[in-house]
Amino acid sequence: MSILEVRDLNVTFPGGIEAVRGVSYEVSRGEVLGIVGESGSGKSVTSLAIMGLLPPNAVVSGSVKLHGKELLGLDEGKLTEVRGKSISMIFQDPLSAFTPVYTIGDQVAEAVRVHQKLPKDKAAKRAVELLDLVGIPHPDARAKSFPHEFSGGMRQRAMIAMAIANDPDLLICDEPTTALDVTIQAQVLEVLKTAQRETGAGIVMITHDLGVIAGMADRVLVMYAGRPVEQGRVDDIYSRPRMPYTMGLLASIPRIDGEQGPLVPIEGNPPSPVELPPGCPFAPRCPMKVDACDDEEPPLVEIGGGRQVACIRSREIEHKNLTGTDVFPVPVIPPSDAVRVPREQRPTVLELDDVIRHYPLMKGAVFKRRVGTVHAVDGISFDIAQGETLALVGESGCGKTTTLQQIMQLRAPERGRVVVLGRDSATLNKAAHKELRSELQIVFQDPMAALDPRMPVGDIIAEPLRAHGRKDVAVRVDELLRLVGLAPEHAARYPQHFSGGQRQRIGIARALALDPKVLVLDEPVSALDVSIQAGVINLLERLKNTLGLSYLFVAHDLAVVRHLADRVAVMYLGKITEIGAVEDVYDRPAHPYTQALLSAIPLPDPALERTRKRILLDGDLPSPADPPSGCRFRTRCPKFARLSQAEQRRCVDEEPLVARHANAMDHGVACHYAEEIEVITASEDQEEQ
Amino acid sequence: MGKYLLRRLAVNVILVAVAASLAYMLAATTMNPRAAYEGRQPPVAEAVVDATLDAYNLNDKTPVLQRYATWVSGVVTGDFGKTWNGGSVNDEMGRRIMVSLRLLLVGTLVGFALGVALGAYSAVKQYRFADRSIGVSSFVVMAIPVFVLATLLAIGTYNLNRGLGFTLIEYTGEYNPRLSGWDQLLNRLNHLILPTISLSLGSIAFYSRIQRSMMLDVLNQDFVRTAMAKGLRRRTALLKHALRTALIPAATYFAFAFGTMLTGATFTEKIFAWHGMGAWLIDSIQQNDVNAVAAVSFFSAVCVLAAAFLSDLLVAALDPRVRVS
Repeated sequence: MSILEVRDLNVTFPGGIEAVRGVSYEVSRGEVLGIVGESGSGKSVTSLAIMGLLPPNAVVSGSVKLHGKELLGLDEGKLTEVRGKSISMIFQDPLSAFTPVYTIGDQVAEAVRVHQKLPKDKAAKRAVELLDLVGIPHPDARAKSFPHEFSGGMRQRAMIAMAIANDPDLLICDEPTTALDVTIQAQVLEVLKTAQRETGAGIVMITHDLGVIAGMADRVLVMYAGRPVEQGRVDDIYSRPRMPYTMGLLASIPRIDGEQGPLVPIEGNPPSPVELPPGCPFAPRCPMKVDACDDEEPPLVEIGGGRQVACIRSREIEHKNLTGTDVFPVPVIPPSDAVRVPREQRPTVLELDDVIRHYPLMKGAVFKRRVGTVHAVDGISFDIAQGETLALVGESGCGKTTTLQQIMQLRAPERGRVVVLGRDSATLNKAAHKELRSELQIVFQDPMAALDPRMPVGDIIAEPLRAHGRKDVAVRVDELLRLVGLAPEHAARYPQHFSGGQRQRIGIARALALDPKVLVLDEPVSALDVSIQAGVINLLERLKNTLGLSYLFVAHDLAVVRHLADRVAVMYLGKITEIGAVEDVYDRPAHPYTQALLSAIPLPDPALERTRKRILLDGDLPSPADPPSGCRFRTRCPKFARLSQAEQRRCVDEEPLVARHANAMDHGVACHYAEEIEVITASEDQEEQ
Repeated sequence: MGKYLLRRLAVNVILVAVAASLAYMLAATTMNPRAAYEGRQPPVAEAVVDATLDAYNLNDKTPVLQRYATWVSGVVTGDFGKTWNGGSVNDEMGRRIMVSLRLLLVGTLVGFALGVALGAYSAVKQYRFADRSIGVSSFVVMAIPVFVLATLLAIGTYNLNRGLGFTLIEYTGEYNPRLSGWDQLLNRLNHLILPTISLSLGSIAFYSRIQRSMMLDVLNQDFVRTAMAKGLRRRTALLKHALRTALIPAATYFAFAFGTMLTGATFTEKIFAWHGMGAWLIDSIQQNDVNAVAAVSFFSAVCVLAAAFLSDLLVAALDPRVRVS
């Protein structure tokens, strides 16, 4: 018996923007339907249309039935009886989804009171119970806090509490964990599972993260350009995708358990919803395209086993049992020359030695006085050899970005040394400073914000060249554009004419303009869609190998790091907890934090995800203004909890330093009780190899 | 929180002292009370003039700092000195202060409430007829100086009353001295109508523009959507979640708008023949009445800073983020 039945849903916005075209699905009681798609694929618009929350200028047609009752076209009074009672929604960004001026408790209680005739004090009590249910510590006290006093993970828990306040039959989760760190994501997904158990609700889970879907969903609906292109049971979709887009998507994601080779990118960009191609919308990017694909849009047809696919060649794919790597061209990336020389014999291009960066915490409006110190970066050391990529990973607030800023400043740090290409940043004069700038360049996270919207791309790339007085600017700009996979005629266009992936390529071209030796990459692919991300990762790898670059790569996505980096340093609260070669750290993590971090990452493999044991961390990151004594991780450490009192003493009193671990060549751990645990089970194809 | 407000209050007291002192200095150095006694027929002896001016602390032969010191020692004890002809500034102020405060208080409240309501309504109906007509009217009102507006209102009412054949709305003065009891109260209220409109129209226009843009910022925020997803009606979600949040920035403009209000009050009082502080300011400048000018300036400074303090209180009440830090 299905709770929700969506039939042929269409949403059109003014200007002929067909955001959703013919979406149909059903959700049963206790079932989780995952909707996957890239930005602009219409997955969020679909759910807003079901809730009746689209702006009034959107034209919605089709049918949405809840328990057999039509929802579309209901008047507001009837609709408000359904919203928040039968169907609840969990939104992506929990900070902006809460009204900033009311307490969390009041907002949860409001949700209760809208649908249940309860007096105020009873509703407030119920709110506290709900907050307790979703695992918020001291719920009675926290209910009186305002949204800005909650951390991201806690806010999302509160959001879930609000959504389940009236025992809904259906929960729609719109990217519920996208804005969260992995360890917090793992906690929140657990809470969602609890919430489902408590309410028995059906869940529609919208996300772009194929790993999250693999662990949560029973069935999956893949959307592209406003249309469902494939639907089926989660295991079928992941193990035997039958639509080239799904196949490409699965092949393009980097995996923490994956093999090294280049990723398989899907070329091109999703079509604009105003000018859709006449045939299959994916045809322009599809390697299996035949002439018939352009004739008409293939309908979503049943292919047996409860699966539906919208591709005219699905039979053939089924028959030959093709996968993404068979169909999509695998790019060839030339190997690096640098790695032939052992690491110790290569020159060191960047070295940090016991660097700290503290920020004063000020109070007072007129007379400022220092009331504390934020220990943003608190004594970290690492080095990068020529031709090497070191990744700095950790959750938000661990000091990754501060470290980058300290390096890019090229000034003496408060303590310690920053040595770039053999030159100490504390000893630079003005001329040397400028010269070194050209050797050390940065690529930013958000390609939208990093490019001046009023400057043509050619000028953006030429700017560093002109600043350093180069003569051959025009020639060099052409060369750079080609190098990053764009065309020279793109130089005259403005950033707004490019997609996210192309913009990031422009950012990379600008960083490469002065032939730097070291490139600092600040989350270069985290703002990009999965299918685009693979192309940029491959580009970065190719550039490194052909130009002999060295990268300092900051990321929170550990799968991308595994793919791109040679060495990795894990940071926690301004300190390095574990550092070493990628294989050592990923396959034999010895620090409890690294273990928890790695185990929190969802794998895009339903069978593995179901059987995997997660190491869940409690609570949130402590404030860097007041870090715990001794080992900073001890307050959340699962290992610390298992130690005897005498052993715990050491963690509290003595700060662990990064020490070489076991007999590994390149593996340092900052833990008194370091012990290797395998947290990523090898995937099947790896075992076969 | 209480400490924060106390500190703001202390700062405001200092600011009042500075503003009033500067106003006194300006008045004392540029005005010439002696002019009122010179050129009289029959001429007054200089010694007599000096003695009179000395008695009123208005003699320009006394160094200005000394006069200032005398004035301050008076003000601290609550005595604002003598007018140019020997009357008590305190008495005059006592007569006028309530007249002005009544006008200002009602004008401010009406201006703020109506302005915010219109602005919010305008934002919800963005680009519809209601929004456009509110927008155009606001700009028309803002483009007309208050003295023109007040005069137009007075003329319009005069014609209306003449057309009706009886006085529907009073357009001059503050009350009718022949009435008493309830009739007098109603008559006072009737007299209040026109000056209030003239005074508040400007701030209604001002607040409606500000509130409209604040509201538009908030309307598309996720939390309004969340509120509707909970099952609240659009109206409730807009009032309880959107407007409440959008009020915070408008409250900070409260202090700024009050300055304009004072200027408006001066013209309004003069045009509708109300004997308030604003009208007195103009009269005393014409009469070179230093102490009266200083007293009115003091009153204005207190009003502006009270408005600023009220605006702080309002923001603190509306925004928990301010309260906590």
